[in-house]
Amino acid sequence: MSFETALDPLSTSGSRPAGNRAWRRFRRHKLAVFGVVAIVVLLLACAFGPLVTPFDPLRIDLRHRFAGPSFGGNLFGTDQLGRDLLVRLMMAGRISLTIGLCAMVVSTAFGTLVGIMAGYYGGWTRVLLMRFVDAMLSFPQIFLLLVLAAFIQPSIVTITLLIAATTWMEVARVVEGQIRSLRERDFVLAAQAFGAPGRYVMMRELLPNAAGPIIVAATLAIARAILMEAYVSFLGYGVQAPTASWGNMLNDAQQYLGSAPWLAIFPGLAITLAVASFNFAGDGLRDALDARGDLH
Amino acid sequence: MKTMDMPSQPANDHVELPLVPALAVENLSVTFQGETGSVDAVRDVSFTLYQGETLALVGESGSGKSVTSLAALRLLPPGSKARIEGRARLFGPQGPRDLLALSNEEMRHIRGDEIAMIFQEPMTSLNPVLTAGFQISETLMVHRGLSRHEADAEAVRLLDKVRIPDARSRMNQYPHDFSGGMRQRVMIAMALACRPKVLIADEPTTALDVTIQAQILELIRSLQEEDGMSVLFITHDMGVVAEIADRTVVMYKGAVVETGATVDLFAGARQPYTQALLSAVPKLGSMRGRARPMRFPVVDRTTGEADTPVEVPETVIASEQPLLQVSGLTKRFDIKRGLFSPLKGRVHAVENVSFDVNAGETLTLVGESGCGKSTTGRTVLRLIEPTAGSIQFGGADFLALKAERLREHRNRMQIIFQDPFASLNPRMTVGDAIAAPLRVNKLATASQARERVADLLRRVGLDPAVAGRYPHEFSGGQRQRICIARALVLQPKLIVADEAVSALDVSVKAQVINLMLDLQAEMGLAYLFISHDMAAVERVSHRVAVMYLGEIVEIGPRQAIFENPQHPYTKRLLAAVPVADPLRRGQKGPVVADEIRSPIRSPDYVPPERRYRTVSQGHRVMEWGDEW
Repeated sequence: MSFETALDPLSTSGSRPAGNRAWRRFRRHKLAVFGVVAIVVLLLACAFGPLVTPFDPLRIDLRHRFAGPSFGGNLFGTDQLGRDLLVRLMMAGRISLTIGLCAMVVSTAFGTLVGIMAGYYGGWTRVLLMRFVDAMLSFPQIFLLLVLAAFIQPSIVTITLLIAATTWMEVARVVEGQIRSLRERDFVLAAQAFGAPGRYVMMRELLPNAAGPIIVAATLAIARAILMEAYVSFLGYGVQAPTASWGNMLNDAQQYLGSAPWLAIFPGLAITLAVASFNFAGDGLRDALDARGDLH
Repeated sequence: MKTMDMPSQPANDHVELPLVPALAVENLSVTFQGETGSVDAVRDVSFTLYQGETLALVGESGSGKSVTSLAALRLLPPGSKARIEGRARLFGPQGPRDLLALSNEEMRHIRGDEIAMIFQEPMTSLNPVLTAGFQISETLMVHRGLSRHEADAEAVRLLDKVRIPDARSRMNQYPHDFSGGMRQRVMIAMALACRPKVLIADEPTTALDVTIQAQILELIRSLQEEDGMSVLFITHDMGVVAEIADRTVVMYKGAVVETGATVDLFAGARQPYTQALLSAVPKLGSMRGRARPMRFPVVDRTTGEADTPVEVPETVIASEQPLLQVSGLTKRFDIKRGLFSPLKGRVHAVENVSFDVNAGETLTLVGESGCGKSTTGRTVLRLIEPTAGSIQFGGADFLALKAERLREHRNRMQIIFQDPFASLNPRMTVGDAIAAPLRVNKLATASQARERVADLLRRVGLDPAVAGRYPHEFSGGQRQRICIARALVLQPKLIVADEAVSALDVSVKAQVINLMLDLQAEMGLAYLFISHDMAAVERVSHRVAVMYLGEIVEIGPRQAIFENPQHPYTKRLLAAVPVADPLRRGQKGPVVADEIRSPIRSPDYVPPERRYRTVSQGHRVMEWGDEW
């Protein structure tokens, strides 16, 4: 009954873990759920698909060049060298998705580091770091990427790093804003009062509270990285033949656009599906993790 | 629950009023449909507000007092899935109308013309880009059909009526040009614009300083006498209730617990809950003749029986070398518009402040917002670096310490903050939060830390099994206990309690203060207690320092400050505290209509030389000039 006593059994309402609530909010977002399902299907298909199909992605069969899509033989048809398009699409997906994920990891890690330092230390550190972010943002992203790609020997690793180098700024901005508001909270002062060094405060006190926006930004960053990889590879600066990526498959396909449109349509669809799915998932996460309600 | 019989007679001493109802809430229930199920926010609440009376709706947080009034006025946010049952009848010339059955259009007229509301935070209810005068005139033109010229004249009259000095020129000022108290006056002027019959005031003084609160209460009271309004006054503060209400409705967990004349209620409440609530209210002057702090009485909530608290044992160790010695402490903040722009001015947040704290002693810094008490507390911990001055702690020069040694020394001093929601990391379990200081300073192994956490949780009155839970699973009072446990884990000698009980409900506040006093007795802790709440200060302090505009104007033993105040500001502060005793209403001196001045000065400002006069042993007061 009356007031709280110190040993009151804790109230049951609102005591569910925050994760549960976020998941319920996420589930309501139908497109986001679709996005996640599509991502999982894409990942599984690319990872295991090539192992279960009877076709070898590199086997050239000139007798079966430009076979149209059919249910009997090659589901998505074959390309100009007679290779099965579906298997190639899955192999290319491995490359494109890997580049997307790795670029995301690198850009998120770097962006978070810059953002958290700028937000926590403030003052001149913030001015220098954030103006550098602004400067990077003022380059047209694609041109920056293309110029860099023209100078550096393209490989999967360099492409990943290049994409990361041109996309980390968004994350840095998001994190910096988040940290700047968080660091004014009393629990940060309390940590400083018991002698916690800056690194502890940043990693243990601040970072977990900024996790929501970082995850959202990271999800959207994958979508962008996949798109960027497609751009660069389509223009020939990216992943080089014979390794397939969705971007350079489109590049190969453009000269046969009239005679064998499926060569362009299927990689195009794959890119659209992947990018849209990550964007949907990101939107859903943004709503689900919008932790204003949880953060007190 | 049938608590609402026709009440005998509103306890209004001077005016005999015929009992004409103005607003009757009958069997009101509000249920919210949430994600996790439905919550009964208000259960079967009935009360009647009579013409010309002030009815207080009082309760702790979560008692449903605000929801009741919002539901009756149909002002619950449209998104909230609330089921409202019952009736709210407004009596007027054309007979009673049920507010819950009217159309939205009719309701809109009633809200402007017949019922007005004022809220806790006036800044959110005023439009920041329109002048105060324009907003009042607008209301008058819409609701009373006046011309622009008539409306402006009427607005000036209204601002005059709410005692805003120099009303005509302040018409053209924007809301941010007004102080908090003045803004609330503007809100009241707007509420009065249509001469409402009923004024609903939802915690109108909670965000205000105590001297300003006294002015606003006085204003509401005199306006009511002039216009014969009925006022429904919603508050959590029993002191305010005693000051203003004719009758009182006590709510608890969504239901009415007790209704009665305020005088009767304070003289002898019938329900155990009300008794417990009243006993937890600090009463200024209740400590007369005592030197040491005293616990709050603990009331059994089912029987209503109270224990008799005794003075705490002597804990102060007076020695040659005080634990903390602050002298000439000064902190100024520069105001600049941009990185390279010249200095615009300085906030003289703390100005030449000196005091000592002995081991086991509680020194309170008391004052109103902007007086620099929190800055002083944080500067003492070097969470903010001081501009000048010296701090000796445990015999060492605290300001000369380098980072590494500072960390060690700082562990002997800890801090508890006002808002228990902001001072715990929401993503860290309670056990981890309490153990963090040990882990960071590498003072214990994991299993030792676990033991310490369990021990501390037990000491602050919580079950050690809760260590694995997250802060959002706890109530405000429980969180404050956790913060205390975290502050204690490094076995400090001094705890800076920065408004540590100000955000808590009254009964919880009493419990936390009792806990702090017990811990002081057990562990010989010294507290630097920072507060604006004079009644709580009287209960916990050994010595008190009164701060105004960054300076200490009076410092001395608690008894001397409260029983023999010297400085005009101390006297004003004490006079402004609402006394939780309706019989002593109106016995205090006149309330000065003054604003708290700002500590912002021009860059070339040189603070005047201050001299202190010794009144008695340890009781010193700053000599004051004509400004008082």
